[in-house]
Amino acid sequence: MHEKTLAELSQALQSKTLSSVELTQHYLKRIEQFDGELNSYITVSPDLALAQARAADERIAAGKASALTGIPLAHKDLFCTQGLRTSCGSKMLDNFVAPYESTVTQRFIDAGAITLGKTNLDEFAMGSSTESSFYGPTRNPWDTERVPGGSSGGSAAAVAARLCAAATGTDTGGSIRQPAGFTALTGLKPTYGRVSRWGMIAYASSLDQGGPMARSAEDCALMLQVMAGFDDKDSTSVEHPVDDYRASLNDSLKGLRIGLPKEYFAGGLDAATADAIDAAVKQFQALGAEVKEISLPNAELAIPAYYVIAPAEASSNLSRFDGVRFGYRCNDPVDLTDLYKRSRGEGFGPEVKRRIMVGAYALSAGYYDAYYLQAQKIRRLIKNDFMAAYEQVDAILCPTSPTPAFKIGEKIDDPVSLYLTDIYTITANLAGVPGIALPAGFANGLPLGMQLLGPYFSEARLLNIAHQYQQVTDWHQRAPAGY
Amino acid sequence: MSFDRTDVEKIAHLARIALTDDEIPATTAKLSGILGLIDKMQAVDTSGVTPLAHPLETTQRLRPDTVTENDQRDAYQAIAPATESGLYLVPKVIE
Repeated sequence: MHEKTLAELSQALQSKTLSSVELTQHYLKRIEQFDGELNSYITVSPDLALAQARAADERIAAGKASALTGIPLAHKDLFCTQGLRTSCGSKMLDNFVAPYESTVTQRFIDAGAITLGKTNLDEFAMGSSTESSFYGPTRNPWDTERVPGGSSGGSAAAVAARLCAAATGTDTGGSIRQPAGFTALTGLKPTYGRVSRWGMIAYASSLDQGGPMARSAEDCALMLQVMAGFDDKDSTSVEHPVDDYRASLNDSLKGLRIGLPKEYFAGGLDAATADAIDAAVKQFQALGAEVKEISLPNAELAIPAYYVIAPAEASSNLSRFDGVRFGYRCNDPVDLTDLYKRSRGEGFGPEVKRRIMVGAYALSAGYYDAYYLQAQKIRRLIKNDFMAAYEQVDAILCPTSPTPAFKIGEKIDDPVSLYLTDIYTITANLAGVPGIALPAGFANGLPLGMQLLGPYFSEARLLNIAHQYQQVTDWHQRAPAGY
Repeated sequence: MSFDRTDVEKIAHLARIALTDDEIPATTAKLSGILGLIDKMQAVDTSGVTPLAHPLETTQRLRPDTVTENDQRDAYQAIAPATESGLYLVPKVIE
């Protein structure tokens, strides 16, 4: 059951060869069996899931099902889910039961999908390994000594180990694409403004985007169809028509122009990943695409710019966590300042505190121009680079990460070395362009990822390109042993 | 450029975060490392470049000035640490 694609599951449910209750129970049993070791879920919601499954079966019987009705999903634990703990992987929100439903999870509820639970993440989405979670690290099912990536590592591990049919993630600096690359999944970061951020607890408001993580581009298309769309409640939501993502999956790639940014292949990239991308280039050429070198001249500046802009926005967004209205409050505060400082000092982990402080510094009087303003100007240069590239090519091909999944504990003590691994993913968030990560091969049993970046609102095209690649390769169909 | 202890204490105060004496040296070292990373931005001449705050440069949508929200105070206060008569309780502010 857990090897079926979303389309196959939907077929089986609608032809009643399988019920949603059976399918949900199957996943709940697998979570019990395997997740003690993997730690991909923070909260499992069996009562809710089974109630939703019974309702889904009724809806299917009444002939009112849609593509995801009855399908068990997991949601990254930064989407507010009414009545369910929403922790953001933090002690600060360990006791926070969301009083409302996020737009994204509401859309899945309306589609009849099942909520199996909330998945682990780097605390407040700040990280690239899921090691900074208050609930401990998640293990990569492909090698449990290694990280699944981050910050959406829980969702990645859960999908890869078949502990849910698909999952949601969020991507601010690569947090969907890099874990997808580490776990042989397909993950998509939509164009900024494509998916509503209402109820998606904010890290960096001009960079955050929610998106699907699944085992294929086709599955991602089904997920994105539910997630995408204008939302009045999100003031940054864009009123752009939503494509039929499935309709164009089988379009030919003949005449497609793909660009390889020379700055991304100049060094620092693991040899096996470089070889896998070379092989993918040949696949794309065989499918009719033209592949050529392009330039993103300001690519290297993306990391310092991101590590000013994201922390600056985070320092503002996380100021709401003050021990007053919800979340963690310190014991016996002597005055209001003590309440704020100790609730925040005790409630936040070290990486979150560091980023808030970097942000506060970059925005402070006397430093704002040198840091925040400078970073915003670099952001303009990076956007310009993409706009120029898209005059010459329709999509950009590049790695997701300099290496495959690294070992748990290997990078967590040196924040800067972890930040530097974001080199390939961060530019897309700064420019707001969409990107899809998909598996490109394996080396020593570890998945190798690659990504395709497109112009604004080209998600349908990206899904099409990935789907065509997945018709002539089978990396995405492999499963980690033992699950 | 790097931070020293007083810089870190000042920034922690701005951010309203209490750092214990134990935390300060490691935090100072790590923040200095991050500063070294972000200082790489200074190598670029950006004179004449317009800053970009929003990737798609859309402007803020406006809506009619009418009440659209319901009173949900009870639901939102159910998860508060301390409330009384619909107010949130905090340590005494006024001396």
